[in-house]
Amino acid sequence: MISRREFIQASLAASTILGASGLSRWSRVMAQQSLTQDQLLEFDSFGNVTLIHITDIHAQAKPIYFREPEINLGVGDAKGRPPHVVGKDFLSMFKLQPNSPEAYALTYDNFTDLAKSYGKMGGMDRVATVVKAIRADRPEALLLDGGDTWHGSMTSLKTAGQDMVNIMNALGTDAMTSHWEWTFGQDRVKEIVETLPFPFLGANIFDVEWDEPAFEPYKIFERGGVRIAVIGQAFPYMPIANPKWMFPDYSFGIREERMQEVVDEVRAEGVDLVVCLSHNGFDVDYKMAGRVKGIDVILTGHTHDAVPEPVLVGETILIASGSNGKFVSRVDLDVREGRMMGFRHKLIPIFSDVITPDTDMAALIDNERAPYKAELEEVVGQTESLLYRRGNFNGTWDDLICDAILSERDAEIAMSPGVRWGTTLLPGDNITREDIHNATSMTYGACYRTEMTGETINTILEDVADNIFNTDPYYQQGGDMVRIGGMGYHIDVSKPIGERVSNMTLLKTGEAIDPARSYVVAGWASVNEGTEGPQIWDVIESHVRKIGTVQLTPNESVVVTGA
Amino acid sequence: MKLSRRDALALALGGAAAAMLPARAMADAAADAIAAFTGGAATGTGGLTLTAPEIAENGNTVPIAVDAPGATEIIVLATGNPTPSVATFKFGPAAGSQAASTRIRLSKTQDVLAIAKMPDGSFVQASSTVKVTIGGCGG
Repeated sequence: MISRREFIQASLAASTILGASGLSRWSRVMAQQSLTQDQLLEFDSFGNVTLIHITDIHAQAKPIYFREPEINLGVGDAKGRPPHVVGKDFLSMFKLQPNSPEAYALTYDNFTDLAKSYGKMGGMDRVATVVKAIRADRPEALLLDGGDTWHGSMTSLKTAGQDMVNIMNALGTDAMTSHWEWTFGQDRVKEIVETLPFPFLGANIFDVEWDEPAFEPYKIFERGGVRIAVIGQAFPYMPIANPKWMFPDYSFGIREERMQEVVDEVRAEGVDLVVCLSHNGFDVDYKMAGRVKGIDVILTGHTHDAVPEPVLVGETILIASGSNGKFVSRVDLDVREGRMMGFRHKLIPIFSDVITPDTDMAALIDNERAPYKAELEEVVGQTESLLYRRGNFNGTWDDLICDAILSERDAEIAMSPGVRWGTTLLPGDNITREDIHNATSMTYGACYRTEMTGETINTILEDVADNIFNTDPYYQQGGDMVRIGGMGYHIDVSKPIGERVSNMTLLKTGEAIDPARSYVVAGWASVNEGTEGPQIWDVIESHVRKIGTVQLTPNESVVVTGA
Repeated sequence: MKLSRRDALALALGGAAAAMLPARAMADAAADAIAAFTGGAATGTGGLTLTAPEIAENGNTVPIAVDAPGATEIIVLATGNPTPSVATFKFGPAAGSQAASTRIRLSKTQDVLAIAKMPDGSFVQASSTVKVTIGGCGG
């Protein structure tokens, strides 16, 4: 009898050094070997500085399944470039074996079978083990959190982010930046920031009234004899993508010229290394790396991409560390005479059955969950379908959510936001209340019901599509397409705004959507203040209790061209 | 719940009445304002920095800044507004710098254009597309 632990194998050892030929030595180990914690942590220490990067945890303290996207289209220059490569193309680009642990961790193919073989990923107690091991090797390693940390679970919602704050403090975080943190409201953010033992960085967070920097832009650390500037870049489109009324005193934006100013300022102070801890999203960071001079490393977040090798833009390296606690990046750097001379990197996959949980962190997490345990674990129903969200268009979680909205709110058309968070359930799994929250938890979850004309619906689809498929990354907000229930449409992603969406059809009747007619539309996550309706997780729970077992049919209502 | 079109857009996840008109050559009013300022002279580039957000957080008050070392005059136009002229900044010989910032209202997605008149009588221009959207859907 072979245990799962022995079955799993691979050294996800990426040891890429600047100037070395052949970027990809990421993994060649055969699938029969067993995977061990030592293998996952194996790293030939390099240089004199170590950065540990984790981002977009979305408050997932416990191990989860998270299926990577099947569709992640790049437009313009980004077409075919990581992270816009999925499935088999991804495997061949990074020389990975199908059905290997890396294939499971990084792609979507055969997800259900591989998930059953390799088990859940993440868990902040496992992350703690990895962080401690790196620090045992490199005591002065910097642990940097890219944000989207306090939001995304039922416990984080109930504690207004406090459970994750306690976890990240215990983990020994050295600095963080932010996005969904702000959806707890500016007063709550300020209240937490005052208690943090580390800086909450955001060079691009400005005071609305005076248009002046409002938060610490950077922090200079002295580690291993090296002076390291860590510059924070919060999510640029906070007041546009999330409810502005929750943080009315702050303005964000990419503010490229501000980033250059701050880089110049820290360079003038004589730092040896400049690191940008960013929540811009991959394509925005890629563009920024090519335009702002003097950044050595961008630790990128927001778009949830896990890229197994650093991406080079000029002399800047981009590190993308995935989401939901699935990965921790270790980046070793050789910094001499004020210059980054080389790097070695490893995207460490957190296989929860392989990495031993850190006892103290496990106890802390259980303690945070204890008051809500019964509520969290209550079984609401079962699923026979794989439930996932990530991908440019409808995921199965969204199909279920849209079904729930149509049925519970008696609507003709349902809308569900194209956020990139939301964990995965396997066929045969129970659906607990916590699972529903993992796909919906938020401070503005009211499920509204209203009327919209066909023209308005089209305008919304066009606008959201332009936030994803605008060929200039600086105009991309980093979410996925709004999910639609009850209506199908065609989309040509290569067209400009106003011309992408066509053939809008009401599925129930097969009739074309009439621009002039009003339709009953229900949805959730409105950015409007005062939106009324039941909370979306209650809507879904009620629906699932009625149907008992979720069985979804494949959704072919969105036809995509131009990719 | 009765909603205006604008409310409905904001209510839905996506938002945004970003103008559907593909930048129809520049509105006549903007062209007139440019001609009045330059007297029809050609405009070059370089030496003028226009700073504006890529996407407006609030189309009713969009912060912009212009900086053209040595310029005697800078005009700012919102080319897609019904009245494109936004501001004319004049710099006297005693001015310490030739830079200004203000907030402008943008009715829809459009190009903001700045033109600076240099001491030798030449003109330079810079423009920036500012998207006006209602938003939602941040992942």
